[in-house]
Amino acid sequence: MKALIKITLKNGVLDPQGKAIENALGALGFDGVSGVRQGKLIELDLAASDAPAARAEVERMCQNLLANTVIENYSIELVN
Amino acid sequence: MIRASVIVFPGSNCDRDVKVATEAVTGSKANMVWHGDSEVPKSDFIILPGGFSYGDYLRCGAMAAHSPIMRDVIAKAHAGTPVIGICNGFQILLETGLLPGALMRNASLLFICRDVFIRCDNNRTFFTNCYREKEVARVPIAHHDGNYFADKATLDCLETENRVAFRYCDVGGEVTEAANPNGSQRNIAGITDPTGRILGLMPHPERLFEPALGGTDGRRVFESAVVSVMEAAA
Repeated sequence: MKALIKITLKNGVLDPQGKAIENALGALGFDGVSGVRQGKLIELDLAASDAPAARAEVERMCQNLLANTVIENYSIELVN
Repeated sequence: MIRASVIVFPGSNCDRDVKVATEAVTGSKANMVWHGDSEVPKSDFIILPGGFSYGDYLRCGAMAAHSPIMRDVIAKAHAGTPVIGICNGFQILLETGLLPGALMRNASLLFICRDVFIRCDNNRTFFTNCYREKEVARVPIAHHDGNYFADKATLDCLETENRVAFRYCDVGGEVTEAANPNGSQRNIAGITDPTGRILGLMPHPERLFEPALGGTDGRRVFESAVVSVMEAAA
């Protein structure tokens, strides 16, 4: 089973990189772009085949290492 | 004899600098402790140096916070051993949860390497007692991710408990937006735990600790630690 973990900055946390991307898009002529936020995608393979157990394990990984929950949110998607 | 331990991670690059600065004020050899070791020798204080531990993979300080030696550093910190984290060391302290908040990419997105002014807003802590209250010191910063962030409740708690040790300021000691190099909330450059024994700061006091380096404003961080150890022993 594969897990896709999407990590994004929390709402209200300023994202200077997202802001720079937004400005660059504007400079390239892409008008009407706003709210650009940059994040990370982490992909990993799990030996577990039981989805609830796998999700619980990935949840612990996010809490302990993958995300910094002071500033980041995460979402987990499991793919067979 | 005063014994300090410096934790060395792969990618640390200020470990030798803090060793020299520490030994100059303690007069005794510092322990250099490798990240893969499981125990820190008995120490009067522990230093987490600056650098790019583990190549800043995932997030600055995130991998180092989970290295074998940090389990013992955290245990010793909880048991009362003072710990100072400088630059990457501050990032590591936040990732371990020994101090609250996070350090984000500088608001300018630039790596900033220059001297700044900081004001000592609490000189009654283990690592700051040799500064005068509100004293302005000139110290170098050299970082890409020094933009201190915490939620409002945490910031208010830090202020109420007098845990903001240093703030970015201008040469006259005024805390202004123009004097804030990296976007840190409330100009925070360094904070402590509630006991004042754990300090994290972005500036590098070890880089201005003797006249040959161009200044001595950073030296009192190390002298403060020596004074604190002597006072505790007296």
